[in-house]
Amino acid sequence: MSDSQRESSLTSQMSPEGRTAAGVGASTAPSPARRAGRRGGEWRKRLEIALLTGPAIIVFLTFVIFPVIMAAYYGFYRWKGFGPPTDFVGLGNYLIIFKDSSFHEALMHNGFIVVLSLVIQGPAAVALALLLNQKMRGRSLIRVLIFVPYVISEVIVGTGWSLMLQTTGAVNDLLTKMGLAKNAVDWLSDPKIAIWSLMIIISWKYIGFAVILFLAGLQSIPEELFEAAAIDGASYWQMQRRITLPLLGPTIRIWAFLSIIGSLQLFDLVYIVWGQYVASTAGTSTMATYMVQNGRNAGNYGYGNAVAVVLFLISLAIALVYQRFVLRRDTEGALTEGKK
Amino acid sequence: MATATATLPTATRRKRTSLAAANPITYVIAFLFVGLCIGPVIYIILGGFRTNAQITADPSGFPSPFRLGNYSEVLSSSIFWRQVSNSLICGVFTTLGVVVLGVAASYVLARYKFSARGALYSLFAAGLMFPMTVAITPLYIMIKNLGLMNSLGGIILPQIAFALPTTIIILVPFLRAIPKELEEAASIDGASRLGFFFRMVIPLAVPGVVTVGILAFVASWNSYLLPLFILNNETSYTLPLGVQSYASQWSVDTARVLAFTSLSMIPALVFFSLFERRIVGGLTGAVKG
Repeated sequence: MSDSQRESSLTSQMSPEGRTAAGVGASTAPSPARRAGRRGGEWRKRLEIALLTGPAIIVFLTFVIFPVIMAAYYGFYRWKGFGPPTDFVGLGNYLIIFKDSSFHEALMHNGFIVVLSLVIQGPAAVALALLLNQKMRGRSLIRVLIFVPYVISEVIVGTGWSLMLQTTGAVNDLLTKMGLAKNAVDWLSDPKIAIWSLMIIISWKYIGFAVILFLAGLQSIPEELFEAAAIDGASYWQMQRRITLPLLGPTIRIWAFLSIIGSLQLFDLVYIVWGQYVASTAGTSTMATYMVQNGRNAGNYGYGNAVAVVLFLISLAIALVYQRFVLRRDTEGALTEGKK
Repeated sequence: MATATATLPTATRRKRTSLAAANPITYVIAFLFVGLCIGPVIYIILGGFRTNAQITADPSGFPSPFRLGNYSEVLSSSIFWRQVSNSLICGVFTTLGVVVLGVAASYVLARYKFSARGALYSLFAAGLMFPMTVAITPLYIMIKNLGLMNSLGGIILPQIAFALPTTIIILVPFLRAIPKELEEAASIDGASRLGFFFRMVIPLAVPGVVTVGILAFVASWNSYLLPLFILNNETSYTLPLGVQSYASQWSVDTARVLAFTSLSMIPALVFFSLFERRIVGGLTGAVKG
């Protein structure tokens, strides 16, 4: 004890030469200089930790964690957003949500969007990534261009597409010119068609991201595997099926996870294209647009928060199930790699 | 044996050549796909050069003649520039805040050993599970109580907070990869841990910082939900809200809406084409990591 104290006082007075000596020792044993200065050093270290992480923790707790907790709390009240909530209704808001047929519709639309996003974008993006993963002219330019829809904002995408999909808009005009449609299609307000229009817009906006992700995944597959397979006489399709797809698996599963969560929380595009009132009649409402419409827009803040909680719990449950059963292999690999 | 060695080079070469010479069909499909991706964007840009009469007569046609009137009208309107500057202020300060807070916290999580480290990392990582959609209503009430309604501060602070999880998840492995030897060398030369942080870590972390900075900026530039709740008057609107209100205000003047829309996407497009590699690398890295 006294020994270490003496040492610590020594290190504080050390000349540069003394430090060098301590440093040389550090490379063999885990830095005795630091261990020697433990007492003062420990406080200093704590201060540094507090100083460096403090602001981030405060901002994060204040603007992310606290509101989420408050959402759970407000969800138990009937509350118009003025003053503290007093009208405690217990699970009343939740009962209304589960009985409300327009929430059921929104939930079904979300489910539809989740499934169709996976079914449409997944295979198409894998095929396109395989196609583009060749040494071809203008490859880097192609990559930039297919990523453009992902980078421009939802508002621009929504505004642009809603103009193009008007009955007298560019899409109908183009289809007529090409002789593909006789009558103008009512893309946006026919409930049978509107959700497919939404799927077109979603696929257009997000498929570039999937392709770029899969291209990155394809590039991490070692070339030697294909060479070895070629020596063994494997055909192109056999190689894709036996080598590419399994090795691309982790990337595909992560992409699917992101796509599912994104589809469950879809808000911007629907709200911009269909506005706050038309979404439910056009059959494109989602849980998030339902939340904003019945919560903030209607002034029922308690109810809106209850919807947010339901939305969160559904996403969380799906995320946990997905991680437990689909991502498990991948994360296991990652964990063992991390330990090594 | 002899045959095996003989077939080896040809087999490899055959495979290489099949990679090298992408066949014409590949080009056709790639061309079609690219066309589908940028067609609507080009439609928006070209539409701004047309008149409403042209658009009504031939919705999917080309501008003939080219009219600069819509663009010059938007560019000379003060509200457009007001919204551009609002978006810029939000983007710049969100980025600065995310970078400063994110680098500091990631440095501690990457290089300090202390008992709460794992818990702290999990806390930030859990943030990924809380999207803004869930927190938006209480966030709105909180911002209102803080008196930050209609102010850009009410946008910037939550945006920093919600960008922190991604930032930390990208930066921690990045900072951990800085070799231990460098830190020891620095401490031999008399640098404290903080000195090491400012003199060595920050310069070395620049590539990672640029990536997270760009992600934060683009997210802020495009963000819609938060401004929709917080900003209620047109002078405090950011561009996404501006585009939307412009589109409903001038709904009969399609050409002008298209001009406004295409001008508002220019900054994101320029930014993206300049830093394309970093954005793509950052996104794929974040997803894989």
